[in-house]
Amino acid sequence: MIEVADLTKVFGTVTAVNRVSFDVREGEIFGFLGPNGAGKTTTTRMLTGVIPMDGGSARIFGYDIRREPVLAKQRFGVVPETSNAYVDLTAWQNLMLMGELYGLDRARAKERSRDLLETLGLYGRRDQKVKGYSKGMKQRLILAMALLHEPELLFLDEPTGGLDVQSTQMIFSMLRTLNDAGTTIFLTTHNMEEANRLCDRVGIIRSGRIVAIDAPERLKTAIDRVHRIEVSFDRVVPARALAGLDGVAGASRRGDKWLITAEDRDRAIRSLVAFSGDHGAQILTLHTLAPSLDEVFLRLTGEGGL
Amino acid sequence: MNPAGTSEQIRRAWAIAKKDIRIYYSKGPVLIFGIFMPVFLFLAFYLGGRQLPLPFLLSGLVGMTLFFTSTAVSPAIFPWEGQAKTLERLAACPVTIEAIVLGDMIASVLFGIGVTAVTLLIGLSLGLVLLHGIVFGSAVLLAAVCFSALGMLLAVPPTNVPSNIMMLSSLLKFPLVFISGIFVPLEQMPAWGTALAVFSPLTYFADLVRYSFTGAHYFPVTVDITVLALFTLIFSAGTMRLHRRTMPRRI
Ligand SMILES: Nc1ncnc2c1ncn2[C@@H]1O[C@H](COP(=O)(O)OP(=O)(O)OP(=O)(O)O)[C@@H](O)[C@H]1O
Ligand SMILES: [Mg+2]
Repeated sequence: MIEVADLTKVFGTVTAVNRVSFDVREGEIFGFLGPNGAGKTTTTRMLTGVIPMDGGSARIFGYDIRREPVLAKQRFGVVPETSNAYVDLTAWQNLMLMGELYGLDRARAKERSRDLLETLGLYGRRDQKVKGYSKGMKQRLILAMALLHEPELLFLDEPTGGLDVQSTQMIFSMLRTLNDAGTTIFLTTHNMEEANRLCDRVGIIRSGRIVAIDAPERLKTAIDRVHRIEVSFDRVVPARALAGLDGVAGASRRGDKWLITAEDRDRAIRSLVAFSGDHGAQILTLHTLAPSLDEVFLRLTGEGGL
Repeated sequence: MNPAGTSEQIRRAWAIAKKDIRIYYSKGPVLIFGIFMPVFLFLAFYLGGRQLPLPFLLSGLVGMTLFFTSTAVSPAIFPWEGQAKTLERLAACPVTIEAIVLGDMIASVLFGIGVTAVTLLIGLSLGLVLLHGIVFGSAVLLAAVCFSALGMLLAVPPTNVPSNIMMLSSLLKFPLVFISGIFVPLEQMPAWGTALAVFSPLTYFADLVRYSFTGAHYFPVTVDITVLALFTLIFSAGTMRLHRRTMPRRI
């Protein structure tokens, strides 16, 4: 759905985006993560045809965004980083303007606008100028403006920056619903918690370069050479028996639990299960202690990373 | 529907024009500026002691009104929208840069023609007689497009500070008025004056307006119209081309 190859953007002496390549598949939620100034917004702007690229290529729905920008833009929606509805217009007027810019017929635009404003809790304030809106209301309106023409693909650049928990939840749950209905989503966010829960895959960018692209869980397991498993049994088991299991590198007691270290987590778990069967020791709890996406992110984007 | 087709893009340009009128043109100060500015200029000149015939001055007033109103707001729209970040919104929509520029031009044409119509009515009530209605009508239409394109051309430098652009455009607009035969008939200008005047599109429009009201003219009417049309084409093509280059730098 999105195919990016060697995408590059240079501002003066700063290479903001440096030969970035990735694909986003149809129907997935792709998280684009990176520290401040990493080049996320610049990448998003190039992909959405807002600024020209200095090198590489981007195809959206198979359209080259440079050659056929209008055809590509017709089918995707954008929530840009900075809130930008027309503040001198009302929410309703902003939506009608979007309807015309996307070539929707009037009746359809009205119907969609009413539905979206109701879903996002703005219908009662539709005739108020956006000037009087709070940040969260503006952001919800901008989401409505991006969704009016029922895009197959949605770009969002930090849609929840600076919003309270309710607005954040409302936006993320809307994204989940949209994705369930088939919308592909390209999401830039600093909210690791949500990225972890929402995204099928994430790409991590640092100083203009992609440092990792994978499913969140795979990223988490990939960064640690040694994995940790916490297990507890319904009876006392000898440490030596555990430590000697296939795939287990070490075992130490932590209260009524065991902390197992392993180089191959899959093999270690299989051995533990087999051990439980062989010794008649029931497993009470078993946790794999993976680092959080936050830790992955810090590791990959920190000074010492990679 | 082909979203990239010309007719669809023109329809979307019209949506942009309506937005411009709603946001930028129906503000009180803009309307007041549009109407009073030429009136004051005219009064200053009229009361300044020059004994020129009223029809000449009134036709100059009509010419100036169209010139000032159709270049008044259009140069500032891009900087405003760049500053308010709404330009990024437009750039992400399925409209070409040409359609955005066209939309801004349409709004400015309508504003220019609207205020000029008011000025015309005032002129008529002061005893001005319209001798050549068709020439006048076509001249106003053509010149409104020409001046709007000129206004957009002034907005090409990619600054998002509206006052910079306004300063620049005033620096260009005022001298143009003085060399274009509005206050001094072309016949009475020194040779260097007429030599400058031929480079100003306002000259040809003012000549056409004078012809429409007094029957007198400096250039043949067909020449006036042809040159004005050429200016319009060059300005329109130029402004669209240049904005294509500079618009991304505002974002
Ligand atoms: N218009 C511009 N002119 C000059 N430099 C720019 C411009 N836009 C971005 N940059 C530079 O490009 C780099 C990447 O910026 P970008 O806005 O893409 O980062 P980001 O990942 O979106 O960061 P954040 O998380 O803070 O939004 C930065 O060094 C920034 O200073
Ligand atoms: Mg950003």
